[in-house]
Amino acid sequence: MAQDVESGGQTLLDVRGLRASVAGLEILKGVDLTVKTGEVHAIMGPNGSGKSTLANVLAGKPDYQVTSGQVLYQGADLLSMEPEIRARLGVFLAFQYPVELPGVRAWQFLKAAVDAQREHAGEEELSARAFDRMLKEKVELVEIDPELVKRAVNEGFSGGEKKRNEILQMAVLQPKLAILDETDSGLDIDALRIVADGVNKLRNSSNAVVLVTHYQRILNYITPDQVHVLIDGRIVRSGGPELAHELEERGYDWIKEAVDAGV
Amino acid sequence: MTTSKVISRTSATSEELDTDYKWGFTIDIDSDLAPKGLNEDVVRLISAKKGEPEWMLEWRLKAFRHWLKLNKAEPKWANIHHPEIDFDDIYYYAAPKSKDDAPKSLDEVDPEILEAFEKLGIPLAEREKLAGVAVDAVLDSVSVGTTYQESLEKAGVIFCSMSEAVKNHPDLVKKYLGSVVPYGDNFYATLNSAVFSDGSFAYIPKGVRCPMELMTYFRINQADSGQFERTLIIAEEGAYVSYLEGCTAPARKTHQLHAAVVELVAMDDAEIKYSTLQNWFPGDKEGKGGVYNFVTKRGIAQGKNSKISWTQVETGSAITWKYPSVILKGDNSVGEFYSVALVNNYQQADTGTKMIHIGKNTKSTIVAKGISAGHGSATYRGLVKIMPSADGARNFTQCDSLLVGDQCGAHTVPYIEVRNPTAQMEHEASTSKVSDEQVFYCQQRGISMEDAHYMIINGFCRGIFQELPFEFAMEASQLLKVSLEGAVG
Repeated sequence: MAQDVESGGQTLLDVRGLRASVAGLEILKGVDLTVKTGEVHAIMGPNGSGKSTLANVLAGKPDYQVTSGQVLYQGADLLSMEPEIRARLGVFLAFQYPVELPGVRAWQFLKAAVDAQREHAGEEELSARAFDRMLKEKVELVEIDPELVKRAVNEGFSGGEKKRNEILQMAVLQPKLAILDETDSGLDIDALRIVADGVNKLRNSSNAVVLVTHYQRILNYITPDQVHVLIDGRIVRSGGPELAHELEERGYDWIKEAVDAGV
Repeated sequence: MTTSKVISRTSATSEELDTDYKWGFTIDIDSDLAPKGLNEDVVRLISAKKGEPEWMLEWRLKAFRHWLKLNKAEPKWANIHHPEIDFDDIYYYAAPKSKDDAPKSLDEVDPEILEAFEKLGIPLAEREKLAGVAVDAVLDSVSVGTTYQESLEKAGVIFCSMSEAVKNHPDLVKKYLGSVVPYGDNFYATLNSAVFSDGSFAYIPKGVRCPMELMTYFRINQADSGQFERTLIIAEEGAYVSYLEGCTAPARKTHQLHAAVVELVAMDDAEIKYSTLQNWFPGDKEGKGGVYNFVTKRGIAQGKNSKISWTQVETGSAITWKYPSVILKGDNSVGEFYSVALVNNYQQADTGTKMIHIGKNTKSTIVAKGISAGHGSATYRGLVKIMPSADGARNFTQCDSLLVGDQCGAHTVPYIEVRNPTAQMEHEASTSKVSDEQVFYCQQRGISMEDAHYMIINGFCRGIFQELPFEFAMEASQLLKVSLEGAVG
């Protein structure tokens, strides 16, 4: 794996010329993105620009067809892996709209997820007691209502509870690459702070976070190393945190115009 | 975890069928067979084999003569399809040969038979494995042994095979047999009344809480044989009993007929909880073979404040036709029906319940979950009837169907008949599919597509499994998993 002298991080994700369509319509038109361990990347862009598509393609959602390009994850071909294999190897997607699993207890769901991950790594299943202890710690870490893990996954949860539950799952599974798909949307300011705190606590030098967002708001709490602007299926501009502030002030139109003008 | 019973770990399939059914082995024991086909001589032979008293034979013959009048006209109203059954091509009596001299105790049971049940995970030797559950094991037509007889006797509970009950407790049998399901009730109940072979009998005296779960394990072994058990459970005033039944059969190319009758009687303040895991051979992937499970189950909540609760998990059989019902006769009596019916490949199930409200302030609850996979067809058929006398009756019905794939079918046929204006009725129904989004969500957390389906389907059934005794619930969920094999992916 390539060693970056500057940040000291290793290349975790390397997306090259990624093109993808859904229902025959091309959404991603050649995306390049390199993410190193220890980094936080924000992918910003207007509605319909392909942000969620990028997140879902990386996670392996079956509705999307990759037409060309390559994605290396820890040096291996990510696109050839089944979604559950990607997950077990540390790719985590916090969903924009987490689905309800009626009757499936969150406890049981998370235990199955952790066991699948451990089994894949050649480790033994966690005992119920050890898992319990770990889950309790994570519940405290992300400040989620302990009652939520006794209920069925997302069933009857409010929008905010669903988003926080995603962060809990992330805390439990400790992914190497966490992709947060508009996790900030629909959250009030307190919930946003709690979600951001959770993400910050889980950041370390051996993992990376890709934040997909429409608004700059969450970046007040999670400072990105790089900000990318995705418009019409391409990353048209990349920069530091200051780019996000500029977008907040000026919107996306000026970038579109600049791109169209070839600037 | 305790030993699983209906789920067995053995795997041996006979007759080279394309099936994942793990209970498909046959055992090689000498059977005592009545000639194929049904006539008065066969009925007399069955009765004689069992050394029955005259009154029992008379009752059988009455039923047989009634059955003749029905002219082999099976009921046609159910949403099931099968070639006509040749009632002359069935063995109506099959017994392990050693039963000619019935064993006096478990020690005398043929070791081959003990081993067969051991293979199924039902140790008939009384030991810690199945501690706390008394088991009556029925192989083909006869009971081969009942465990924990002594401890039950101490509590005053009678739990034995029906044949023994006819001999040893004739007054009780005479009084209650056919009192809930009369011999003329329906085609299969009539047939059963004529040729019933064995089954379980339980009597819980006044004020006794049965000290352990009672269980009957039914196994069909003989080819081309019908199994016609008759089960009768009586709970006297203030008594309580929880009864479990589990069923498996060898994998065979031909269809086997299973036509049982179950009658429950609950007196004042008594409660009967009846749980079934039905895992008869479902046929192979092309729909070849499998058990025709045509069963009549009914309880009468006779006394005030009495309660009858049916819980069933139906995953086996090529065809299931059964409607465990409750007649709510006593004031304030309660009837419950909790059901999971799963069909895969070419299985068909037409199942549901009848709740007949007669007493005042009677209350019934129906929760039915149907899961259809492969080319399976699941129908919920139910009747809630409020009689004019049933002031203040209440019913809650919930029917949910879950579809796996796009070749299967789910149908709901609820009848509601209200003849008293004070009744309160609630009915909810839903049909859903296991969605791609749900499956992907699980996969994204590292759970395989197959496990994701099991998890979602298990979640769908959770409300029902909660009604089962704990270890039975564990088995039920494993049973769903094996029954769904091949339906996913």
